[in-house]
Amino acid sequence: MRQSIYLAYKYISFHKTRSIVLIFSLSIIIYLPNGLKKLIIKSEAQMIKRAEATPLIIGAKGSSTDLVINTLYFQQEKTASITMEALAKLNTTGFGYAIPVLSMFSARNFPIVGTDLDYFNFRKLELLSGRWMSFVGECVIGSLVAEKLDIGVGDSLVSSPENFFDLAGVYPLKMNVVGVLEPAYSPDDQAVFVDIKTNWVIMGLGHGHEDLAQTNDPTIVLERESTEVKAGAKLYMYNTISRENMDNFHFHGDVSSYPLSSLIFVPNDHKSETILRGRYASGEFEEQVIVPADVVNNLLQRIFRIKQVFDTVFILVGVSTLLILGLIVALSVRLRKNEIYTMFAIGSSRGKVVEIIACELLILTGNSLFLAGILYSITGFFVEDFIQNIIL
Amino acid sequence: MIKLTNINFQYPNSDFRLTVDNLNFQLGSTSAIIGPSGFGKTTLLNLISGICIPQSGSVEVNDKSVSNMTDTERRNFRLLNIGFIFQDFKLLDYLKVIDNILLPFRINKALKLNSKCKVRAAELAAMLSIEDKLTKFPGELSHGERQRVAICRALLNDPPILLADEPTGNLDPENKRKIMHILFEYVQNKESTLITVTHDHELLKGFDQVVDFKRLYKN
Repeated sequence: MRQSIYLAYKYISFHKTRSIVLIFSLSIIIYLPNGLKKLIIKSEAQMIKRAEATPLIIGAKGSSTDLVINTLYFQQEKTASITMEALAKLNTTGFGYAIPVLSMFSARNFPIVGTDLDYFNFRKLELLSGRWMSFVGECVIGSLVAEKLDIGVGDSLVSSPENFFDLAGVYPLKMNVVGVLEPAYSPDDQAVFVDIKTNWVIMGLGHGHEDLAQTNDPTIVLERESTEVKAGAKLYMYNTISRENMDNFHFHGDVSSYPLSSLIFVPNDHKSETILRGRYASGEFEEQVIVPADVVNNLLQRIFRIKQVFDTVFILVGVSTLLILGLIVALSVRLRKNEIYTMFAIGSSRGKVVEIIACELLILTGNSLFLAGILYSITGFFVEDFIQNIIL
Repeated sequence: MIKLTNINFQYPNSDFRLTVDNLNFQLGSTSAIIGPSGFGKTTLLNLISGICIPQSGSVEVNDKSVSNMTDTERRNFRLLNIGFIFQDFKLLDYLKVIDNILLPFRINKALKLNSKCKVRAAELAAMLSIEDKLTKFPGELSHGERQRVAICRALLNDPPILLADEPTGNLDPENKRKIMHILFEYVQNKESTLITVTHDHELLKGFDQVVDFKRLYKN
């Protein structure tokens, strides 16, 4: 056997290029289904983990999947919004506490998530540098946002306008970065967190401008009554919130009617959760309550069905590959007819020749498995980043 | 004595047929087989060595019937008793010269690969002036050098019978003389039997027996 391995090794090392191509092709074929399987399993685990860590989501009636995806992964699917009144009403139930989530805008392709400080406690997010946001116009950015945009505490980030041609629409707001989060390997790493009021400013529900009581310029003040002042387009609107102009920022209308994407509700205990869900089921509230784990599980079952299709495809590819390999071996034996005859003529048995060829195949397959194993380990090493960047 | 009696041999899917009524070679003698191409000279060597088996008739070496042996017996018989110098050398292009010389020891358990045979391989290589080619591949050698590698491999086991199929074919006169000198010297020293197929009539005078295939058929 030792001599067969030696001769097989000599053959393989003499035909280096051919052997390398074969090893590489085989390892890719071995690696692909397994690597993909690992990726799917890890993705499932990641998605389930985040969903299970979120007890209840409350939002407007409609697609529960969109609502969950918006709230957990900040994908900003178009869903109907709820109001601040819902938050206030929920907090009066005494069953737990609600965390507002408003995710409608983005800054340089990263979602801007309006929330409050409870969110960070709830997700157990820690600061890598800086402090939490405490004023309107400040933001705390996820680790990937900081890394990809190469920004940190002291820098600023401008919200992206929704539509360049909608002059009366959303104006970009320059936000000050006051904190950077530690990596959490979740969608939080790719979010720009702001106070909910900052988000309303971006929406145009709040704004800042020079004090109209202090100016008499007729081109700015068009009409002045005892309770109302009408200003013209010349009135300068602030696009950044600073300590100097902060007092000039204000909100118009009833804040309780201001929009939220959804609420994360953290019940005190299982009983509170059950009662609350019962009250939602009875129609006491206008919104819907969702258990995210149920929705994500349902979603994953659909993905799992796609995975089964993938598995079938990979089995077919594997079988075809084996057939091709068999053909290669058969053709190789045919091409090596003279060499095999030489072996017989010198004194080799048929079994010995088969043993040498089997050793060659074993060496090639062994090396392919080794390379596939390395690729698999590399996948394991980068799978978290990959899931975070591509899948979540 | 090597005895071929009433031999009838035909390759599968071929019209070629070799018929030999009676042909003997004395052990310890040197014999040359001459004759036109396609008359079956190489086939005769293959029959003696047991590479081919006749459809009828018998091949006996030292009163042992080669044609009646099992595959394994015939293989072992060949390994232990016969050194075969093939016309096309039959060297494996992916093995270095030293590995080609030692190849019979690597492919059959009947021969033990040890340091003794490695030393013997180096000695033979030195004797045939290819000691500096041992780490080269056959593709890097000249025709004559490859011929000498094939001879080294055939002689390594000190076989009592040496079969050489045109060992001087395509060689220049100087190399021809050298190769034949080595073969005759080996036969003389080891009291071995040499049967050589050749087209070169100049070489015939050194042989004890000359078998002319053309005449053999005529007779």
